[in-house]
Amino acid sequence: MGIIRKALASRPIASLTSPYTVDHYLEQIHPMLAAENVRARVVEVIHETGDASTVVLRPNGAWTGFKPGQHVQFGIEVEGKRRIRCFSVSTSSAARNGTFSVSVKAHPDGYVSQFLHRELTPKTLVYLSQAEGEFVLPKVVPDNLLLMSGGSGITPVMSMLRTLRDTKHRGQITFLHYARSRDDEMFTAELDELAANANVTVERIYTRAPAKGAQLKGRFVIDHLKHLGIDPTDTLTYVCGPAGLIETVRDTYEEIGAADQLRMEYFKVPSVNLDAADATGTLTFDDAKLDADNSGATILEQAEAVGLNPEFGCRMGVCNTCVVKKNHGAVRHIISNEISANTDETIKICVNVPIGDVNVAL
Amino acid sequence: MTKNAPIKPHSASHHNAAPLSLISADSDKKATIGLDYMTYEQLEDFGDELNVVRQRVLDDLGQKDADYIRRVIKVQRASEVLGRIGIFMPFFWPAFVAGVLFLGLSKILDNMEIGHNVMHGQYDWMNDPMIDASRFEWDNIAPSQDWKHGHNYIHHTYTNIHGMDRDIGYNMFRIDEDQPWYASHRFNLPLAFILMLVFEWGIMYHGVELDQYLQGKISKADFQGRRKRAMKKIRKQVFKDYIAWPVLGLSLVPFFGWWAPVAILGANIVANIIRNVWSFIIIFCGHFPAEVQTFAEEDAQNETRGQWYLRQLLGSANITGHKPFHVLTGNLSYQIEHHLFPDIPARRYPEVAKDVHLLVEKYGLEYNTGRLSRQMFSVIRQLGKLGHKPSDPYKIGNSPESKALRRAKREEAARRQEEARAPQLTS
Repeated sequence: MGIIRKALASRPIASLTSPYTVDHYLEQIHPMLAAENVRARVVEVIHETGDASTVVLRPNGAWTGFKPGQHVQFGIEVEGKRRIRCFSVSTSSAARNGTFSVSVKAHPDGYVSQFLHRELTPKTLVYLSQAEGEFVLPKVVPDNLLLMSGGSGITPVMSMLRTLRDTKHRGQITFLHYARSRDDEMFTAELDELAANANVTVERIYTRAPAKGAQLKGRFVIDHLKHLGIDPTDTLTYVCGPAGLIETVRDTYEEIGAADQLRMEYFKVPSVNLDAADATGTLTFDDAKLDADNSGATILEQAEAVGLNPEFGCRMGVCNTCVVKKNHGAVRHIISNEISANTDETIKICVNVPIGDVNVAL
Repeated sequence: MTKNAPIKPHSASHHNAAPLSLISADSDKKATIGLDYMTYEQLEDFGDELNVVRQRVLDDLGQKDADYIRRVIKVQRASEVLGRIGIFMPFFWPAFVAGVLFLGLSKILDNMEIGHNVMHGQYDWMNDPMIDASRFEWDNIAPSQDWKHGHNYIHHTYTNIHGMDRDIGYNMFRIDEDQPWYASHRFNLPLAFILMLVFEWGIMYHGVELDQYLQGKISKADFQGRRKRAMKKIRKQVFKDYIAWPVLGLSLVPFFGWWAPVAILGANIVANIIRNVWSFIIIFCGHFPAEVQTFAEEDAQNETRGQWYLRQLLGSANITGHKPFHVLTGNLSYQIEHHLFPDIPARRYPEVAKDVHLLVEKYGLEYNTGRLSRQMFSVIRQLGKLGHKPSDPYKIGNSPESKALRRAKREEAARRQEEARAPQLTS
């Protein structure tokens, strides 16, 4: 299939199908048929906890695989509208059964994560990107490794852990996880199993409902590492979780001069503030590498205020000249008052105001 | 000096929502558009009522609209593939002819119901990168980026305003009484016939804006960008239709003779001409029938939303027909509804037309509609009639009277500019 796929995606074919790609035609035959567009079918939805689920996906041949720790853009269509979110892959990259999974905690305001948890059914078509992200293990994994996560930040770390297990990694691995309670924790049974391996230490700290006799309690402090016998300065460390955890870990590592050992991944959950009068956060113009405090004006006006000259036309949401890609963040349409928080969607900047942190490709 | 525009929502308050260039720099005088029909208060109401219609449709968009555009795309792709197969059989003429027709149909669907409407952003809410205005490219010589600027922005914002809407007569024809007459307009009809055959090239050339560059209205960098994009698109389209596919036809030569690739080349040319003729007719019938109104810049300055709507309504013309006909026109047979709501999916225009009819009756407005033959005849007559030299010297572009008038206007503008500057100099 590799050669055929390569041939279909080649320039001579593209010049015959111009201005379209060969995928524009292939998708009419079958939605999974594509040279370059990654599509997948849902195989199974496994409910992990009360509000978290794992979605097992079978991608088409355009999928080039992932490195543990990476995420994918996951798009589903509901009511004719594609909703896209980034989710981390949670399975082992050593698996050879042609499937992989993403694990997702339902976010109270997250339309897609709620949909995944409650309504997603097997066989649903999913629009994917290739795996993305720099939060990955090095080619040669060092002998001492610390994996740290908070809440649903466990997913990329779980993928690393599973891969190391499946590739029979011999080095010492410590996995330190923070969850609210044991009920709130994903992959509990598997973590128990992993803990039985001689070279793996699994330590879970339940911040709200500590386990009986637990020696470590509360949120992350450096003492937790000391107790586990870890010296941050010579231990490659991966941390993924909510902003609070990451900030604390980063500050701690900087303080003791171990910042070069730390790899971090934020969860890009947009901070939606439904109170429209509340103009907070920072508006980031990604291409121009400029930041501005959100003044509450439209993105177009704010861009002009910092000296950018984005293309615009009617300035009233009609002509579509000003559309740009919004990388992430929530915006409110000043006409419809609709709030949209999709990552990687195009918006008319003349009629959208940022709510909280927004990043646009300007 | 920037003033907040008088066009009120659509948008929320405190929002500078109007096209800036429509705000008069030296006068707060309200726009006079529509006063023949209603009062300023009624114009406000009229605008509000249309806003309600717009919002109602936007709120209702969903699966059925997505299914519709995908179905049209499916038909277009299928007819293109059938067309390409058909024209590969020049040895069997029924298949060959069907192939040409299918290919023509595919290009018509691609340009009208899919390309034009998708590039208006009508389906952006679907968030599908393959049906997205900013990424879509059509099977047409004109590059999408410059077409979108000239069409979506210039033409749809300044519709039928003399000196602002470059689509009035496309700088080639005298199609309106208020356009100045030049000698070249004697050839209105033959030129229109030629443009009809090569319409996609005309659209491309229009988007390069050579005239705007020569008049110093766009920068050299802007112009060069346009030219570069046009050349790139020309290369791609020409290579595909007139080189790559005919060259593939060389494989037929050993079996059927030298003429097979030539026939394939010819089929591509004919298919493009079919699309050119069709889109030319629909577009000319949408704006150029005799009763369609045009406006002066002074009258449109400081207009309100209601007046903007009214200008769109009076500046467009519909064509009646059955459903397949409307699809083939990209629903531009509902040109009036399209101009009122360019960003709602075109399949909704028949539904919106009912509301527009009610408003037209309520306010006693003109609603220009008619059969294709009637509208076409009106356009042809208009092109013929207005090609003759008018007796009024002020309507002749390079008569001494017109020149004097233009000079006076220039001087007046210069004087105003001077006046505006004077206080700054003294202070």
